[in-house]
Amino acid sequence: MTTLSIDHVSRWFGNVVAVNDITMTIGPGVTGLLGPNGAGKSTLINMMGGFLAPSTGTVTLDGQPVWRNEEIYRHIGIVPEREAMYDFLTGREFVVANAELHGLGDKAAQRALATVEMEYAQDRKISTYSKGMRQRVKMASALVHDPSLLLLDEPFNGMDPRQRMQLMDLLRRMGDEGRTVLFSSHILEEVEQLARHIEVVVAGRHAASGDFRRIRRLMTDRPHRYLVRSSDDRALAAALIADPSTSGIEVDVTEGALRIQAVDFGRFTALLPKVARDHGIRLLTVSPSDESLESVFSYLVAA
Amino acid sequence: MYDPTVARLTYRALLGRRRALILGALPLLLIVIAVAVRALTGADDQTAADVLGGFALATMVPIIGVIAGTGAIGPEIDDGSVVYLLSKPLKRPTIIFTKLIVAIAVTMVFSALPTLIAGLILNGNGQQIAVAYTVAALVSSIAYSALFLLLGTVSRHAVVFGLVYALVWEALFGSLVPGARTLSVQQWSLAVAHKVAGGNLVTSEVGLTTATVLLVAVTALATWYAGQKLRALTLAGEE
Repeated sequence: MTTLSIDHVSRWFGNVVAVNDITMTIGPGVTGLLGPNGAGKSTLINMMGGFLAPSTGTVTLDGQPVWRNEEIYRHIGIVPEREAMYDFLTGREFVVANAELHGLGDKAAQRALATVEMEYAQDRKISTYSKGMRQRVKMASALVHDPSLLLLDEPFNGMDPRQRMQLMDLLRRMGDEGRTVLFSSHILEEVEQLARHIEVVVAGRHAASGDFRRIRRLMTDRPHRYLVRSSDDRALAAALIADPSTSGIEVDVTEGALRIQAVDFGRFTALLPKVARDHGIRLLTVSPSDESLESVFSYLVAA
Repeated sequence: MYDPTVARLTYRALLGRRRALILGALPLLLIVIAVAVRALTGADDQTAADVLGGFALATMVPIIGVIAGTGAIGPEIDDGSVVYLLSKPLKRPTIIFTKLIVAIAVTMVFSALPTLIAGLILNGNGQQIAVAYTVAALVSSIAYSALFLLLGTVSRHAVVFGLVYALVWEALFGSLVPGARTLSVQQWSLAVAHKVAGGNLVTSEVGLTTATVLLVAVTALATWYAGQKLRALTLAGEE
């Protein structure tokens, strides 16, 4: 059982606060660290991995400080976001080197390469690898010493769907084995598929923590905005506003469209086509106007 | 203190195709010059000392030192691949010490060896000139490697700073400003060379004792400090 504790950690770079007083505990199983780009996820992961000193607060692994403690790496496996990885080596040479640096041999390297299913390309130079292959070799290098904590910074970036699924299966397996696995992502769906427990970071602050479904509900229950064009905007507006799922409608004359604010996402999406059909109105455009992740997150922060 | 895996990775990075070409160019130039000078003027002790002192020791050795010293760690820090070394239960000073050994070995091979060959071509080691300058190149390889390894650890512009030091300080100031000469790896190594060659063909601005103390002190301090800097190295994210 490995527990990573982040205790009132802040980190600033000059005047910029990248991480603002975050406290969280990461236990066994898979945890997703979710946040938009620039939210401070990488800064946080760098502090968790002992590559960056917190400006204030402490990061400990089962009570041991992580910063300036090389021995801690016997327990931590790290998959960095950056691409660079001794491209002049073959995949096998790279993983063997990583094993040797842990005081292990070829056997451990071979086992790790098998785990990520990279044996078939292990004798090719890393410089010839695709993004997904690189990611898997990085993963193998992080697994050679059988760590109890695995930290992955945006591991799915640039992977195709099949590679993504393979890596997800692997991480799920690691979590089921009782390892503590933490990965960061700015993509909601990725986190949803993999992690039951999530930590949300927005603008350096800890915005939410806990079960994914609960947080997902928070995200979907927020007011949704839609842009709708129809064969009869005013008749549609009149019919929709009668239902409590809609809290406001603006007739945008210049756009020739309705701007609708819905408070009950599920009910509104069922209501709209029904109302249109009942009134003989044709729907021409239905587009959510604030679906960007940033707006979801900013809503979460405000909640 | 020495890790063979770190050494292997460092060697392979240093002797990658492009860098090996740069490392090989200057020694090749030195030997071409030596052959040309020998063919044009015949064997002459003073000329041999001038070529070895003026080009080999004053220019080639520090530049090779810059390439090997900064190249042993700088690119890894720049592109972030150093994370694979740092995320291991390895003492930071071990990483630095190993890289220093590799940088010294590479600098010696690419600077001291060609110096010896050029010296033999120029005057067949008459008056011990070839050996004396080779010893100077060996000695300065150690100090330069340590200095430039430190530079590669602390600065992203290590190569530029290194070249400025090597060319402006050592070569230019060293010959113009008397004070600068005493604070010059080149002069310290010349003091050692003077001891080997004797006579007046190889001379230094500093005495042997001062030179030895300074060489040892600079090498040790730079290495120690680089280890400390690596311990506190922060890898900023890409955010």
